[in-house]
Amino acid sequence: MENNQKNYNRRSFLKVSALSGGGMMLGVSWLAAANTKLTELGADLEAFQNGQTLNAYVQIGSDNIVKIMCHNPEFGQNVKTSLPMIVAEELDVDWKDVIVEQAPYDTKLYPRQFTGGSQSVRSTWRPLRNAGAAARDMLRSAAAQTWNVPQEEVTTKVGVLHHEKSGKSAKYGEMAAKAATLTVPKDLKLKSAAERKIVSTSRKNVDGKSIVTGKPMFGMDYQKPGMLIAMMVQPPAFGLKLKSYDASEALKMPGIKQVFTIEVFPDSMERGGFDTRTFNEFVVVVGYNTWEVMNARKKVKAEWEKAPEKKEIFGGFGGQKNERITPAGLESTSEHLVKMKEMVKQSARVLRKDGDPEAAFKNAAQVIERTYNAPFLAHNTMEPMNCFAEVTDSQAFVAGPVQAPEFVEQTLIKRLGLPADKVDIHLTRMGGGFGRRAYAHYMVEAALISRQAKAPIKLVYSREDDMTYGIYRPMYTATYRAALDANKKLLAFHVIGGGIPENPVHANRFPAGALDNYLAEGWEIPSNVTIGAFRAPRSNFNAAAEQSFMDELAEAMGKDPMDLRLELLERAKTNPVGKNNDYDPDRYAGVLKLLREKSGWDKPENKGKNLGLAAYFCHNSYAGHVIEMKIKDGQPYAESVVSAIDCGVVINPDAAKNMVEGAVIDGIGCALYGNMSFKNGKPEHNNFNTYRMIRMPEIPKRIDVHFVQNDIDPTGLGEPPFPPVFGALANAIYRATGKRQYNQPYLQEEPKTQG
Amino acid sequence: MAKYTLKINGKNQTVDVDPATPMLWVLREHLNLPGTKYGCGVAACGACTIHVDGNAVRSCQLPVSSVKKQAITTIEGLSPTGDHPVQRAWLEHDVAQCGYCQAGQIMSAVALLKNNPNPSEEDINGFMSGNICRCGTYTRIKAAIKSVAKP
Repeated sequence: MENNQKNYNRRSFLKVSALSGGGMMLGVSWLAAANTKLTELGADLEAFQNGQTLNAYVQIGSDNIVKIMCHNPEFGQNVKTSLPMIVAEELDVDWKDVIVEQAPYDTKLYPRQFTGGSQSVRSTWRPLRNAGAAARDMLRSAAAQTWNVPQEEVTTKVGVLHHEKSGKSAKYGEMAAKAATLTVPKDLKLKSAAERKIVSTSRKNVDGKSIVTGKPMFGMDYQKPGMLIAMMVQPPAFGLKLKSYDASEALKMPGIKQVFTIEVFPDSMERGGFDTRTFNEFVVVVGYNTWEVMNARKKVKAEWEKAPEKKEIFGGFGGQKNERITPAGLESTSEHLVKMKEMVKQSARVLRKDGDPEAAFKNAAQVIERTYNAPFLAHNTMEPMNCFAEVTDSQAFVAGPVQAPEFVEQTLIKRLGLPADKVDIHLTRMGGGFGRRAYAHYMVEAALISRQAKAPIKLVYSREDDMTYGIYRPMYTATYRAALDANKKLLAFHVIGGGIPENPVHANRFPAGALDNYLAEGWEIPSNVTIGAFRAPRSNFNAAAEQSFMDELAEAMGKDPMDLRLELLERAKTNPVGKNNDYDPDRYAGVLKLLREKSGWDKPENKGKNLGLAAYFCHNSYAGHVIEMKIKDGQPYAESVVSAIDCGVVINPDAAKNMVEGAVIDGIGCALYGNMSFKNGKPEHNNFNTYRMIRMPEIPKRIDVHFVQNDIDPTGLGEPPFPPVFGALANAIYRATGKRQYNQPYLQEEPKTQG
Repeated sequence: MAKYTLKINGKNQTVDVDPATPMLWVLREHLNLPGTKYGCGVAACGACTIHVDGNAVRSCQLPVSSVKKQAITTIEGLSPTGDHPVQRAWLEHDVAQCGYCQAGQIMSAVALLKNNPNPSEEDINGFMSGNICRCGTYTRIKAAIKSVAKP
């Protein structure tokens, strides 16, 4: 089965042949149910017959139903709807006649099958438009040949080809077989913004119906006859490793087949940049069902010992190798905080320097210095990590939730010692990702377990496994300093930031470029607590610290916080300092101006309200919020939020609004409550009963989302609205309580109402 | 192991399992009803919410042995064609992002509205506070519930 699928997958982009309905899908029953059925009409996969492949994204059935493949993994960012919308627009079809299917993972057919960095739409906007336009052109060409008329005279109108002079017309489906034999054209004319009928109009989630009816679509739902369940016993603390284990009791438990250990990566193996793994050796319990395996797992008597310091080689981008040292020891949050305080006092690696900041600080009439801290955060995707694997000595098939299949494919090839064409990955819908599923160690683990168990298995992480495994948002700190002269004029700006084990500073971002004297420094403290990307990595801290500091600075300068930002951006635009400023001051200011208008920032009736402002640039987009804070039951409550975003062309406006609303709520939750702490290497939270997540009573009553209207090629949206929530919230809490927020989670500080 | 005959989505079904097995796993792995989701296993996230005689129950904390003749309803059995008014409201408001928690959210919402057809803001907040959504779709969940409420 896997081999057939592989052969199908590896067909070249241009080679075309008739498809049998659903021929590419796995012969597994759960998938048939998960196929997309559009809610707007009745088109579904069963109705899709004799599909003709025009290119890797477009197939047209004889009944005029169009199947569009979504090549990127879906984790809630709604690419499975928005990416096909881009294709359908240029193809000129009725969206009601479109069905969408998750494409197979295949790097020969599709570029960059990666969900991360808010890049899905940005990186495929042009290729997808070209794919749609190419298919339309091939259909016009097929009609022209059939009717013996010039192609220029063949027009299209929502799925129908016309030739006005002869009065001939045909549905796409009638010309699809011929079109499929033609070569893919070049130099395609694409639609202008004014011509668009699908892009920039709101379309419902193509998987909506499957979701609300509970269809199996997630990795956790994956089933195959004969499949066993595997769970692992992991060390109870970072810095520990397996010493020995006794499985005799576990093996006596009902439904248990095997207990063994796996080694995820041999020490000598050079790993890819995303091959982060927290623990290397696990005791694996394999049985017939999850409940029995969960129970038996408790009976494994494992002994742990301290892990020594480890040097590991990672392959980086562009063939660069780097060595990472994982220190030994059982770390605690209290010690982390002490170490970070010490580091803050020392100078660090200079990341950027403009002018003479040292002299400016020396000559300053006033220096403002503030330090901000943030804890580790667990991703807490609602679907815990899991993966199905069927691996033999000669081939491997894995299916599960993964953001970066290209990375893990390379890892599997290397770790399993199999040729590339014998390793196949199937992408399931992800129950959340937020960066966590870019680190697919669980796919490697599942593959090793299946090979050893000689059976198809599904590896299941319990919530406790998931929350204590790591790949956390790093712990960060940053000290910001500003030098003012006697007239409160800003002379210099200094940021020194660090983290465990990564520094957060984006040295070339705002306010770099707006200041004659600027210094950015960074440092790191090594740790054996594993970290990784977490929704807008580093930005999610910087936008809290920097935007809080900007607010305090405006206050010290006697300026409106909106005005201060706009003045700095004006300077960065008209007379920028340095050449590497990686933001567009005009677009940044545009978001602030939209926010100013929509929040009624300058209106007299709003002057008495506790409004907090923050705006930030990341992932090629600009986002800002104004949060109105109230005190409810003695706690800060973000009652209403106005958001402004510039992400260029918005593909699916209502879904984009949903994404921003979600980012606001997620941001409030992480900023107020998010906290993963450690004691002697042991995570102090392992489930939602103590790791606090935002819940419905805590969400704002209103979130008004506004997009800057322009025709700039689309940029990121999943991440950019998230970071500035932290800053706006801190500033709004200050307005409501008189207390600045220097330490996340903010709720630890227990702000009280002022006056 | 013991045999239990359960009334699931209007049909009697027999399973032979460990009496302590939570209904969550009975549904997911013994009855092929994986719409009910595993999220935490400690009744703290609501992803596994089902109905027992119409009331919302976290199935991860409900041993199969404690279910007698009560009618169990899962997301798959909420309506024959997936068009329960709450399911329709979810589609109308395009609630879902990743979608993993939504079956539990819908089951909670349906139970809320059954006993309280016109819930206040506080009623909704209180009843739904047991269901976590990391994507943060709560605004739309609440709007969808309000759209089905009968004043």
